[in-house]
Amino acid sequence: MLLAILAGFILALFMPSLIKGLKGKSTIAVALLPFSLFVYFISFLPRISAGETIEFHWDWVPSLGVGMDFYLDGLSLLFTLLITGIGTLVFVYTSSYLKGHQYLDRFYAYLSMFMGSMLGVVMADNIITLFIFWELTSISSFFLIGFNNDSEPSRKSALTALGITGFGGLFLLAGMVTLGFITEEFQISSLSAMSGEIHAHELYPWVIGLVFIGAFTKSAQFPFHFWLPGAMKAPTPVSTYLHSATMVKAGIYLLARFTPVLGNHPWWNTTLIIIGGITMLYAALHAIFRLDLKGILAYSTISALGILTFLIGLGTTAALTAAAVFILVHALYKATLFLITGIIDHETGTRDVSKLAGLNKVMLPVGIAGLLAAVSNAGIPPTFGFVGKDLIYEATLHFDSMAWVLTGAAIITNVALLFAGFLAGIKPFAGKLPKAYAKVHLPPAAMWVPPMILAVLGMLFGMIPPLVDGPLIKPIVSALTLRTPDFHLHLWHGFNVVLALSVATIATGIALYFFIKPSEALLGRATRFEAISPHSLVRGLGRGVTWFSEKWTNFLQNGYLRYYLITILSFLTLLLAYRLFLGVEIYVDASTLSEITIYEAIIVTIMASAIIFTVFTKSRLAAVAAMGVVGYSFCLIFLFYSAPDLAMTQFSIDTLTVILFVLVIYNLPKYLNLSETRDRIRDGLLALVFGALISVLTLEVLNETVEKDISTYYAEQAYLLGKGKNVVNVILVDFRGFDTMVEITVLAIAALGVFSLLKLRLKSIEKE
Amino acid sequence: MEILLVIIIGLLYAAGIYMILRRSLVKLIIGLILLGNGANLLIFLLGRIVKGHPPIIGSTEKALADIYADPLPQALILTAIVISFGLQAFAIILVKRAYKVVKTDDLDEMNATDEDI
Amino acid sequence: MKTIIFRTASDYLLPLLLLFSVFILLRGHYLPGGGFVGGLIASIAFVIHSFANGLEKTRNIIKFHPGFLMPIGLVFAIGAGAAPWIVGQPFMSGLWFDDPFPVIGMVGSALFFDTGVYLVVIGVSLTIIFTISETL
Repeated sequence: MLLAILAGFILALFMPSLIKGLKGKSTIAVALLPFSLFVYFISFLPRISAGETIEFHWDWVPSLGVGMDFYLDGLSLLFTLLITGIGTLVFVYTSSYLKGHQYLDRFYAYLSMFMGSMLGVVMADNIITLFIFWELTSISSFFLIGFNNDSEPSRKSALTALGITGFGGLFLLAGMVTLGFITEEFQISSLSAMSGEIHAHELYPWVIGLVFIGAFTKSAQFPFHFWLPGAMKAPTPVSTYLHSATMVKAGIYLLARFTPVLGNHPWWNTTLIIIGGITMLYAALHAIFRLDLKGILAYSTISALGILTFLIGLGTTAALTAAAVFILVHALYKATLFLITGIIDHETGTRDVSKLAGLNKVMLPVGIAGLLAAVSNAGIPPTFGFVGKDLIYEATLHFDSMAWVLTGAAIITNVALLFAGFLAGIKPFAGKLPKAYAKVHLPPAAMWVPPMILAVLGMLFGMIPPLVDGPLIKPIVSALTLRTPDFHLHLWHGFNVVLALSVATIATGIALYFFIKPSEALLGRATRFEAISPHSLVRGLGRGVTWFSEKWTNFLQNGYLRYYLITILSFLTLLLAYRLFLGVEIYVDASTLSEITIYEAIIVTIMASAIIFTVFTKSRLAAVAAMGVVGYSFCLIFLFYSAPDLAMTQFSIDTLTVILFVLVIYNLPKYLNLSETRDRIRDGLLALVFGALISVLTLEVLNETVEKDISTYYAEQAYLLGKGKNVVNVILVDFRGFDTMVEITVLAIAALGVFSLLKLRLKSIEKE
Repeated sequence: MEILLVIIIGLLYAAGIYMILRRSLVKLIIGLILLGNGANLLIFLLGRIVKGHPPIIGSTEKALADIYADPLPQALILTAIVISFGLQAFAIILVKRAYKVVKTDDLDEMNATDEDI
Repeated sequence: MKTIIFRTASDYLLPLLLLFSVFILLRGHYLPGGGFVGGLIASIAFVIHSFANGLEKTRNIIKFHPGFLMPIGLVFAIGAGAAPWIVGQPFMSGLWFDDPFPVIGMVGSALFFDTGVYLVVIGVSLTIIFTISETL
């Protein structure tokens, strides 16, 4: 099972070479991956229908409770089938849609990576694993949305989508960790047993709040919905796959998955009903006024997601059943509509719904698929959509409070959605064919067969509900309610209120379709409020952050090494000075100091003069010589104070350094004074103050007693363990031998660096 | 004696920092070397200085007897000295190479050459 | 710098200094000295020779590029570190022969390690200085 989930990632790795190997021919073969996964998952169908669940465990980071735990129940199975099934169709469709595209390999790689992450999300049984795959979907969708990376709007939308969903992901992580903190349990499947304990905990509101933000951002709920229309910049297969059928449903999946754990609480239900309600109405009304086919579909998708959130919020068995059915219904018809839009765009070059008409004459099969999808979307019998819509009305009508308000909202939404579906599925094909499109022809079968399959399935499930009822829907409902459901899906419920509502919806919708003609004027009226929409706010915020960081960066990162240094040093000086000023007692304990002999005094005087000479001399050679003097004086100091090893090393190194300098000195630039006097005084002051501070600090430290545990250990054990009597050498080659080994490696690297720097021919420059 | 060494440390730091803040690349390297020396001396001094008792075990003994210079800072400084040689060599060559390519050792002018090369 | 006296002196200095550097290396475990200092002294010996006789002559004495000493030394050091594995002890634990060898004294893995350091240091300093003098 792990292999099945990781297959997407593994294949993504080899995809580029694979596609190159196929040389543009038979790229359709790539669809074998999702198809085999589809077959694999469908093989679980009988067991899941029988009420079983399938589990898989693999410890990953056991110390943190993170495991690659996977779990397959009805809900997961529905999603895995959608992901792999629609995935197969999308893979097939893409092979023709992006035929010969330069980066087809990349596209397939992203797509299979996405598929893998999505499978991970819906099957993860560990809340941390869930989060990881959740973020992986965000990342892979970023690449897919920004696939046309040479277009700026495309890049911007990708960034917005990543920003919103990634931001939500962090909230989700916080929610998950809080949940883990409350229960000390990271298995999702074990959490539902603790539902009561979680509800009673004082952190419960935080958990659901955080989980909500995660789910709402992913599933484009109000007020985070705006990234989805923007994400329509992606190639159509992406819109189909990510933004209607799978990824945006991840949020819904999350809510559904956690219903048994967190649900059944007034806060949970009320929030979801309100947010879902607002989203479905707002987006449905928006969808009516769009002219761009993809825009219409984007808003109707948001609206559908709103319906799902709303249904999960209602939380009754009927509502959850409706949600389960509607997930499937929506995936089928919306994917079809998207694929058709892609075909229209591909063949005619426009997606403007007010210009399109009569395409039936040139691409009849596509038109049929569109009609079927639009009808299913409208909920006209005998489609599966009708079953779904009936269930929604059932759920709202039988809700305890405000049943009529909720039903009313559902009706308005459905009317608008029906209108939008007709615009996308019927309008482009009906009527007279404009002359401009007379030469348009039917695309290759790889493009029109996938939407057809989906559309026909939508019809088939509607006519024979038992096909999905027992095998799929029941396990889902039992997973969500933790009870065995006692219902059956029916196409025909008899004459009742629900039927009347359905008829009313359909009639109003169709009437609207004939009365309202989409036009620029209507679009303008709808977009007038954009200025105060959440989208504009976020954009403004983004601009503000960019502006501020630009100013700030230019201020601090000015590109002048010395200003960086001055900033760092001044800050350090201020900090130290402040601490000293706070009343650290400065004193020198004369009794601990050693006396000054005449030799030492001479050496120190020589050193001091050499240092000062190094700084102020105008000659490079003199500076190097003075540095040599400093080095040799060091040697003597080391010698005086019992460090013969250091003295020897310092002596040799100093000799080599001076030789080195002398060798290159005439190739080095002249020793110019580039700075102005003012700068020099400023730097001099800073340097003096800093030097003085270091001195004071050193004196302070000298007053402290030293811990010599480590030195004592080395001193005592050097002969016993290291068999050596020169303790310094024993430390270097034995106790800390590993450090020395790394050190000589570094030295070797430095030598190689010098060697290559000098031998390297800077071709373009040296030819001049 | 410690006082004198403390003064030398301060002087080395001040000189090193002053040189690093110059615009000339050669001065920058000299500044780095001075700073490195200052740091070495600082570590050496903080391990406390002891006269005439190198950390070497007597031929008849098995461990260091009562007074001895701290071997640990010495080992650290020895490493630092050798490493800084590698660093200096590399830095000097880098400067030389950069000078050859961009024909300036003014750090400020190097700033602008990013696009030209 | 190429006076006759210096040149003649350097011919004798080179073997003497090299011998001295090996001496420093070997005694390092017991008295001041060791791989770092030994290696530096050896490289100074070669540098002095090259100053007196020109780089080409020194090159001819060494016969191969000093850069090769770096990997050889690293292999020595890593080998000395890995040797304890053979007898089932952890990486870098000290191994010693029981009896002292004539002239060299006690021989153990630490000595091999120090020899590695010695070789790397010679390799590094000579590579740097020779490369620089060549390309001037």
